[in-house]
Amino acid sequence: MNPAQTLPVVVTAVEQVTPLIKHFTLASLGGEPLPAFSGGSHIIVVMHAQARTHRNPYSLLGSPRCLDTYEIAVRRMEQSRGGSHYLHDEIEVGSRLDIAHPVNLFGLDKIARKHLLIAGGVGITPILAQLEDLHDGPIPYELHYAVRSPQHAAFAQRLRDRAGERLTMYHDSAGQRLDLGRLLSNQPLGTHVYACGPAGLIDAVVGTARNLGWPDSHIHWERFAAPPVGEAFEAYLARSQLSVRIPPDRSLMESIEAAGVEVPYLCRGGVCGFCQTRVLELDGELLHNDHFLSDADKARAASIMLCVSRARCKRLVLDL
Amino acid sequence: MSAVFKLETFRDDFTFSNSAAAIRRFPLPFPQDEYMYSVNIEPHLPGPRGSVLEFAFDVDEHYVAECRERELVLAEDPRRFQALPHMMSAQWDCLELIMEALARDYPAHFSLIKSGNEWRWINRPLNLDQSFIFGDAGSLPRAPLDYITRQAQGDFVLMDQREGDLWIEAGMVTTQADWSLDFDLGMTFKEWHGPVPLAHEMNVFDRALKYLLNLRLGQPVRRLNWTMTVHPRLDTSPENYPYWGPDRAAVTANNAGDLVHLRVELQGLWRLPRSNAVLFGIRCYLISVRELASIPKWARRVHRVLKQLHPALVEYKGLARYRDAVVEWLAPFDDGAPTSPGTAPE
Repeated sequence: MNPAQTLPVVVTAVEQVTPLIKHFTLASLGGEPLPAFSGGSHIIVVMHAQARTHRNPYSLLGSPRCLDTYEIAVRRMEQSRGGSHYLHDEIEVGSRLDIAHPVNLFGLDKIARKHLLIAGGVGITPILAQLEDLHDGPIPYELHYAVRSPQHAAFAQRLRDRAGERLTMYHDSAGQRLDLGRLLSNQPLGTHVYACGPAGLIDAVVGTARNLGWPDSHIHWERFAAPPVGEAFEAYLARSQLSVRIPPDRSLMESIEAAGVEVPYLCRGGVCGFCQTRVLELDGELLHNDHFLSDADKARAASIMLCVSRARCKRLVLDL
Repeated sequence: MSAVFKLETFRDDFTFSNSAAAIRRFPLPFPQDEYMYSVNIEPHLPGPRGSVLEFAFDVDEHYVAECRERELVLAEDPRRFQALPHMMSAQWDCLELIMEALARDYPAHFSLIKSGNEWRWINRPLNLDQSFIFGDAGSLPRAPLDYITRQAQGDFVLMDQREGDLWIEAGMVTTQADWSLDFDLGMTFKEWHGPVPLAHEMNVFDRALKYLLNLRLGQPVRRLNWTMTVHPRLDTSPENYPYWGPDRAAVTANNAGDLVHLRVELQGLWRLPRSNAVLFGIRCYLISVRELASIPKWARRVHRVLKQLHPALVEYKGLARYRDAVVEWLAPFDDGAPTSPGTAPE
């Protein structure tokens, strides 16, 4: 089956919510409800730009109870490979896009006694939808949201309306700091912590929690890696008997797709492990950029995540 | 599908039988003359018209009788339905999936009328007409999963996904091949499958779990599994072993064709949208060895499969006492001619 089964959607609203973040509202072409989803889910947005096709993951931030529209928020990336610039510059009300069905790799744990939600910047998006799942429920939660300054606090009013006193905001510009050590050492047994935002914030949450003795099963995070820019290299697809050149600003997965070979994927962000592919031959090194393989697996260099990882070599042979 | 629902029993006088049409659409699980495990999972796409795969949930001539049998089992043992408290959203997801599928695929028998969250469900074969509020468990006479699976053929298990595993935490299980929801509730995917021989060594469950954790919304999958049962008895539970276990000693090479039934499970797996849980549907099809042998290719095929079956599987599937009798009963039907690939009757 085609893993990239998509739905066509139309953009019904675009709003600049911070200097860097645009908020897009999407609806089905015929106005029928979109597929139901759970808080924490993302969709892949397929963008047919002139030069190339982009497929980027974005978290759904709207209410899972309101399926007339999907909402995503897109931060304009300084070193964009084109996807976020395309959405910011080319997409307006009435534009059409294709999206893949929602996938949840950042779900709330259903047996948690308490949820501790921590977001930085645009990382607030999956948590907005999770709040809708938690709203009215019996399980207590807290939300801690760190941003540069009030003007960068996307969706602040929506968060205050939904979370009320459970929301604590931290403005870097006012010197307000989130004290993770204090926060994570004062939680009742059975609390689960969820972090989404810049790499530094996620590393700090995960590291602090582990140092304090939190079990890994109670620590959750989501960090979509954008495929990094690197040196060009070549890959040979053994089963397809095809050589593919990977230019500096395209991922292995994108280059293989452009060569007409379909590869399975879910997240395209180095999280899910779905595109793990066996490496049959390698005369250099793999540059692993995913969050799926263990350090030991990465060192063994027996497989690679096509969506975000690259290689520095003369010859790379893949089991594809 | 036949609009005629047969009145028949799966206990006591065992009046169950398959019509000629039901025999021809039986989902034989043996595409070759020998059988071994595989991760034989494929997309649950609509199959040929009239086949058991035509629709997401097959409704056949046994529908009303199977729903009645489920009521009898539950009356004796209410713990065949169980759901842990955190599975409520998964219960609603499952109710929605089944109601929408039945109303779409069998409009003559089922209707679902929605106005926002106010739903009305009509089940004509069982003469039910229920208005309720979707998401409000107080508006249904029973828990959502209990309510809808009393109106569906086959067993249903809901698995929560967390900690990189699937946990069996709700279900309706009354047509099972010797396993107990009451015993397995709360187990992880591999704990639940602990008793299966050989498959663990083959890493079947590692691969299956990895696959299922990434199961996508709108892209269900299926596989077939099988065993054999003496009499057309749907409820072969560990709890009721004293009632059905001794039947196995009654099989002889003379009566095997009528007493022994091939029991095939059409297993479907769906990602559920609001709960992110996985629904595991286990639909049981029964056919007597005599009915099976009315298709010459199938008689040869099943004779060869049973004759060569791995001893560990003979033991695990509970066939040790009567496998030889069935092979002997089928032997006259096997002239040694080759069978064509695939399972079609020819």
